[in-house]
Amino acid sequence: MSIFINADSKIIVQGMTGSEGTKHTRRMLASGSKVVGGVTPGKGGQSVEIDGHNLPVFNTVGEAMAETGANVSVVFVPPKFAKAAVVDAIDAAMPLVVVITEGIPVHDSASFYAYSLTKGTTRIIGPNCPGLISPGKSNVGIIPANITGSGPIGLVSKSGTLTYQMMFELRDIGFSTAVGIGGDPVVGTTHIDCLRAFQDDPETEAIVMIGEIGGDAEERAAAFIAEYVTKPVVGYVAGFTAPEGKTMGHAGAIVSGSSGTAQGKKDALEAAGVKVGQTPSETARLLRAIMGR
Amino acid sequence: MDLYEYQARDLFEKHGVPVLPAAIATTADEAEAAAVKVGGKVVVKAQVKVGGRGKAGGVKLAVDPADAREKASAILGMDIKGHEVRTVMIAAAAPIESEYYLAILLDRSNRTFLVMASVAGGMEIEEVAHTAPEKLAKIPVDSNVGIDLARATEIIAAAKFPADVADQVSAVLVKLWETFVSEDATLVEVNPLVKTSDGKIIALDGKVTLDDNAGFRHPDHEALVDQAAENALEAAAKAKNLNYVKLEGQVGIIGNGAGLVMSTLDVVAYAGEKFGGVRPANFLDIGGGASAQVMADGLSIILGDKDVKSVFVNVFGGITACDAVANGIVQALELLGAQATKPIVVRLDGNNVVEGRAILTAAAHPLVEQLDTMDGAANRAAELAAK
Repeated sequence: MSIFINADSKIIVQGMTGSEGTKHTRRMLASGSKVVGGVTPGKGGQSVEIDGHNLPVFNTVGEAMAETGANVSVVFVPPKFAKAAVVDAIDAAMPLVVVITEGIPVHDSASFYAYSLTKGTTRIIGPNCPGLISPGKSNVGIIPANITGSGPIGLVSKSGTLTYQMMFELRDIGFSTAVGIGGDPVVGTTHIDCLRAFQDDPETEAIVMIGEIGGDAEERAAAFIAEYVTKPVVGYVAGFTAPEGKTMGHAGAIVSGSSGTAQGKKDALEAAGVKVGQTPSETARLLRAIMGR
Repeated sequence: MDLYEYQARDLFEKHGVPVLPAAIATTADEAEAAAVKVGGKVVVKAQVKVGGRGKAGGVKLAVDPADAREKASAILGMDIKGHEVRTVMIAAAAPIESEYYLAILLDRSNRTFLVMASVAGGMEIEEVAHTAPEKLAKIPVDSNVGIDLARATEIIAAAKFPADVADQVSAVLVKLWETFVSEDATLVEVNPLVKTSDGKIIALDGKVTLDDNAGFRHPDHEALVDQAAENALEAAAKAKNLNYVKLEGQVGIIGNGAGLVMSTLDVVAYAGEKFGGVRPANFLDIGGGASAQVMADGLSIILGDKDVKSVFVNVFGGITACDAVANGIVQALELLGAQATKPIVVRLDGNNVVEGRAILTAAAHPLVEQLDTMDGAANRAAELAAK
């Protein structure tokens, strides 16, 4: 098992004909993901040849779904056009839309997230995220497929490279699914959504949760863990040394006044019984101790 | 980007939110001229992006232009909580009868927009929220629905504004929403929103935060950046499109990915505790493509920081291969030549790590030292900075 995606996931790439879209379509295909086509408005009817795969291009997500049976979309469209792309996918009732694009205005993200709630048929992951991977089954986004294989750990993280780092640290154990939820102030899928899915996924035995400064998603996740999650969870929070009022790379990574601090998040997680590592390596060791590996 | 009060005032005016006549000044002469232009009694207000300026003596009433000159010369140059006052706003003085609070902001927790409205204005809203939460109405707004006059009227009624001002305040809320949306703001706050003795509603002081990601829709926002207040290294980094934040420390940091770089800062700070409190000197995320030029630009900024004693390059090769990063480091050091003078600790892991480490080993640059783990490398970089 895995969460959100599986070996049968059929993926379309919105923005496949752009340079990033083409590059990552190639990588997804190489890792065995079932990419079945792309969407670029105005280029419908064309096709793209990538490493022996002939991929049709459609004008809209609706057409792509009707022709290919796709049930996952991954968005590499530049910030300016990202909202229109996501709205197109929501209108087509695409079940899962993974938005990799960084730099989308928060008014646009808030708008398409609210729209997805109104429609009620689409889960959005991201924006500003690396996507998600269930090693050996499906890889949607930009997470390197060669770090590790499948296994019993579920991982949810705001950060791409910390996801890779943690997968690498625990590569001998392997992962059911690793989800990068993104570092923007408004994201479609939260730590809580992933924690719930991992708790309910029979293949996942233990969970790593990676957070960072900004907002209160980790505090909320801590409350949710205390209430709902019975599987072991270890945590890591980045940004203890971040000064107040400065955005640290991710648009959402900012301490405002006394809210959104790493210490506050760590305290909340520990109060919920989550062991929190001081470094990524220590976090990996905590998980190993719990799993006896 | 947070704006100064006068910039917020100008945006309010542009979008039809009622404000008082005002002008800015950076010298006492300009302040006097501004007071003449505004006319009558004026308030001289320090322009700083920090709260509590009133208590610090940064807001003074002036009875005439000569008095405005005097008050301005006292306020200009003042240090308010570490912020130097370089500009004052000269605003018309208004006879205040009541003070309210009105704001629209991004509510991250609920992933929506939020109106906050209160009849208890003029003080810190956190204080109102804490001491009299019943006086603070918080009403979510669907970004795809927005606030028209009917909705604004409902919100203002729910916030229990007095009947004699409700219509005016509702109209102001509609204009504030227009400001919020059309400027891509994440916060528009009016505190206080006042009723003058002649019954007019006016935004007396305001705060606006703009979304940096929306810059492509707002070429005019670039002019709102206060270049003089920017750290010189941060400005230089920005000119080179580097994601850099200056900190107070001795270990220069370069990494890929915001989360990993934040984590690197923390790990260096922990390691530094063993070496007399050595701290990270900066945040620098070189992102996915660590080309030689990006690496050289990054190293050049960091080596330009006189506080830096050692550098820690921490890269996890995901999409970026470690051999490309290693080549970037080698070529960057060639580009920098004699400019590179500080020890550089490198930790590479992930994609093509064997090749990457071999390239650095073969280059055998006297300043470069490799370690296998992030914790070990952080320790070494802290140790070198403490020497």
